[in-house]
This record gives sequence, structure tokens and C-alpha cells, in this order.
Amino acid sequence: MSATIKVHFAGRLGQFALDAAFEVPARGVTALFGPSGCGKTSVLRGIAGLLQLRDGFCSIAGDVWQDAHHFRPVHQRALGYVFQESSLFAHLSVRGNLLYGAPKQVGDHAIRFDDLVALLGLETFLDRAPATLSGGERQRVAMGRALLSQPKILLMDEPLSALDRLTKDEILPFLERLHGSLAIPVLYVSHDMGEVERLADHLVLMRAGQVVASGPLSVLQSDPALPLAVSQEAAVSLDARVESYDAQDGMATLAVAGGCFLVPSAPLTTGAAQRLRILAGDVSLALAKPNESTIVNVLRAKILSVQESGAHQMVAVLGLGEDGRGARLLSRVTARSWRLLGLAPGISVYAQVKGAALVRKAAPPCS
Amino acid sequence: MTGFSAEIWQSVFLTLKLATFATLILLVIGTPLAWWLARSKSIWKEAVVALVAMPLVLPPTVLGFYLLVVLGPQGPGGTLASLWGARTLAFSFTGLVIGSVLFSLPFVVQPIRNAFESIGDRPLEVAATLRASPWRAFWTVAVPLASPGFLTGAILGFAHTVGEFGVVLMIGGNIPGETKVLSVAIFDYVETSQWTQAHLLSAGMVIFSFCVVLAMMLIEKRMMRRTS
Repeated sequence: MSATIKVHFAGRLGQFALDAAFEVPARGVTALFGPSGCGKTSVLRGIAGLLQLRDGFCSIAGDVWQDAHHFRPVHQRALGYVFQESSLFAHLSVRGNLLYGAPKQVGDHAIRFDDLVALLGLETFLDRAPATLSGGERQRVAMGRALLSQPKILLMDEPLSALDRLTKDEILPFLERLHGSLAIPVLYVSHDMGEVERLADHLVLMRAGQVVASGPLSVLQSDPALPLAVSQEAAVSLDARVESYDAQDGMATLAVAGGCFLVPSAPLTTGAAQRLRILAGDVSLALAKPNESTIVNVLRAKILSVQESGAHQMVAVLGLGEDGRGARLLSRVTARSWRLLGLAPGISVYAQVKGAALVRKAAPPCS
Repeated sequence: MTGFSAEIWQSVFLTLKLATFATLILLVIGTPLAWWLARSKSIWKEAVVALVAMPLVLPPTVLGFYLLVVLGPQGPGGTLASLWGARTLAFSFTGLVIGSVLFSLPFVVQPIRNAFESIGDRPLEVAATLRASPWRAFWTVAVPLASPGFLTGAILGFAHTVGEFGVVLMIGGNIPGETKVLSVAIFDYVETSQWTQAHLLSAGMVIFSFCVVLAMMLIEKRMMRRTS
């Protein structure tokens, strides 16, 4: 009950009215997602205490940081904050930056300096000045600096948005490694669905200063009442486990709730956690099991609901498995096919998945 | 000739002593003032800015006149001086230090304030999220990042105190070893047609001023490089 992040902020910021409330588990990565200017950053700054809203409540895993009577100052909140620009201290070396917030005495469960430096690949530039680093390197130092202050929660405000595509791809694996090896909950502000699909476990959808919905990522992705499911890039992220790997064909078998996917991939360890991304446009429906097709992934599924999406198109929410109780998929089909096949909620179908992509690169395990 | 050089050295030494005292006091007073001006949103801010900047436009004799009134036997300065048995703060070294601090205040506050402002909020926010108290953030982040501003302010305050004349003449007079600083000494030499001595001191001041301006430019250049 208490292991949640509970937030409610209301107030006016100039012309902008903020009234955002949500409660998410205090574990894994929660993405605050929405268009620019929807108040995501204000919420994050409110949680950090950098923005003081009169009507505010914020508790992290039972620890109340702000309520009607108390406002704990920023420097007394056990948080790590990664800003959009890395904001390293120009007068300190990389090492000086990393150690600025590190407590003198740390417990056994603390994040250790050497481990983190190795995890973020910072070994070679510890004694350099921040000005000599690239944008991506700086942002890695900023993440390390925040984590070494031994926070109870890590707040990240679009940490990749100031970086170019290549640098983003360089940093994302580090974020995924952090996600895999640290138990600290992360609140991640982003307006890039690609990042969210790779990193997030939970999602808080924001629009115009309000929370539209919050919940597990795959549930919100496949909720036809939300704009995500009916957008052109609609997709679901499925957490999967590696069942086996066929080195001869270079294919991995990944199990999700209610079915298995065969995906081309670099060698994967059996049992490892992976994430699949499946576009709504890549899933077609058939009433009978198709034989002799190049599409390798054909799964039993049940149509749970349907929603019109744009001109003459339908988006169906599928539940995997005969009973439809497995993981959810989205399928975009034309209104014509929908009508000709006589599809409707409750009908069992075969979902043909043209493409299932691994969105996480295999991360080397960390000690 | 030894009498002459002893006299010169006395005024040089006195000037340096005055400038050092004034600069140290200016840094102590100017730093919190500059910090407040850089960060406060108070409606009194502009009035304080104007007050601090007054010596820039006020004739030194006007400032000197009021100081004379305030520091003299009938003013609060006289009351203060009576605590240690003196009659007045005017025409004393202490009086000169007080006058110099007021007169040079804008030259110290302005560069430090600019330096604090150019840092922006972000580094201090970062420090706070790293568990630094406002006090620690000030000393470990704001002051080091604003160090070029402190250097500029100190140099300007020092140089301006060395070069002041009008205020000194009004409140200090011309007491050797107590209030007879360089600029007054030069005036004195010219008045008494001792041109060699006036030449020597003036040339020394020209070289000193050149060094000050050069140092300032080099600091500014370094600051630009660091922020880019």
C-alpha cells in the first residue's frame, strides 16, 4: 500500500492551470508522457520541491515530502534529479561532480562509486573537466552524480531530448542497464514514445495540465479510449522472457503471457528479460489458421474491443490465448475487412504478426 | 633626498593599506548585497540598486561633505569615536576607510552581482537536489562559479580606492601617515611646485592603472572561455 509514489499538484503557473494527480508503484520506470507544455516538467519539479505549489501533496514510498502543512526543502529530499541539459559544475572535474552529493558514510546497499563508474563507462574521463566531454558523456556523468547521492527515487527530465539521434542510441543502453541493475524507482519525463516504449513499466499520460490516465504501460497502450491506441504509430510493448535460442537460424523464442514469439536476434541467454514492440499496423487477423506463410508468428487471440481509427480503419484490442486472458495486442485493419470477415468483440481469431522487434539491446549483466 | 623618498613611501604605503582595508570590507559587505540583488524579487531592489550606484554620479565633494557631517564631532561618527576617546572619525584613517568603502561600493557590488546572475538558477538547483544546503551550495557552487566576478570586483574596488581624491580631501585632509594618500600627495606636490615628485608619483599611477585594466581584460577573457 505504502510502496507507491503518490502525487497531487494543483495551482496556477502564470496562464497555465495545473491539476495533476496520480499514484504509481514505487518501483521500475514510470514515464510521464505528454506533448510539450502539458505540465510534465512542472510535476517533476513539484516532486523535487524545486517548484513550490501551494496545493500539493507528494509522498514517496510512505515518506511524505509535501502536504497541506509541511514542505520539506529540496536538499532534505532523498532524490536524484537529472536535468534536460546535464548542468555539470564547470569548476569541478568529472570525479568532483560525481562525488558532490555522495554521502561520506554509505550503507551496505548503497550504490558504490566504482560499480557505477563501470556501469556508465566513465572510467577514462574521471579527471577531465566537464567542458571537454561530449553531450552524451556529460549526461552520463549527470546520471552518475544523481545516483551517487544515494537517492530513494530518480527523477529524469527529458534527459535525452537535448541529444542527437546517435547520442541517444549511445545512452539508452546505459539507461536500460540502470533499469536492470538498480532497485531505485525512476520517474522519467518524455515526449518521445520511442523512449517510453523502451524504458517504461508504468505510464502517466498528461495533457493540458491534467493526468489523462495512469497505469501499466501495456494496459494504457492498448486502451482504445486513449489516444495512444488509435494513433498511426500505435504499438504495444510486451515484457517477454527468452525461452530458447536457435543459433543456426539466429532466432530467439520469447514467451509472453498467452503465447510465444519467434524473433530474429543476436544470441540471447535463456531466461533473460526482453521487451518486444509490436505495431498495430503489423498485426493482421484471420478466422482460420493460415498455412504455408512467411509470417512465422501466428497466435491464438480473442477480440476484446474495437475502436474506429481515422478514415475506414478499425483498431482492435486482442487478448492472447484461446480465452483472451494473455498479453494484449493491437491490430489495425480496414473497415472493409472487418465487415467482410464479420469480426466483432468476443470472436476468437488468429493474429498474424508481421514484425515483432526487440526494443532492448541485450544488456551485459552487471555485478 | 632621503626625506623626500621617505615621504613618498609613506603615502604609497598608506594608500596600499587603505585600499587593502577598504577592499576586504567591500568584499564582506558587497558579497551578501550582490547576492541579494542578483536573486531577490523584492520591490525595494531597484531602490537599493540606485542607492548603491549613487557614488557613480555624485560629485565626490558632495559625498565627502555629507560624510564630513556624519563622521564629524556632531554626527553619529563623533559619538562612535567618543567610545574610544577620540573626538571625531573625520580626519582619521578609520574615516577614510568608511568613505572609501561607500565610494567604491558600486565598483565591487556590480561585477559580483553580474557574476551571480550569469550563473543562473540551475547550478544551485542541481546542488539542492544533491543534498547541499543553501549555505553549502553558496560556498561550493555559487562562489567558485562567480570567482571571476569577485576578482574583477576586488581589483576595481582596490584601484578605485587608490585613485580617489575628492572624498579623501573632504574628510581626510592632508595628515602625513594618517590621511595623506597618493592622490592628495600629488596635488600637494603640484601646489608647492615640486614637479619631480609629482612626475614620479603620477607616472607610477599611470603604470599601475594600465596593469589594472590589462588584468581586468585578461580575467574577462578567461571568464568568456569558461562559460562557452
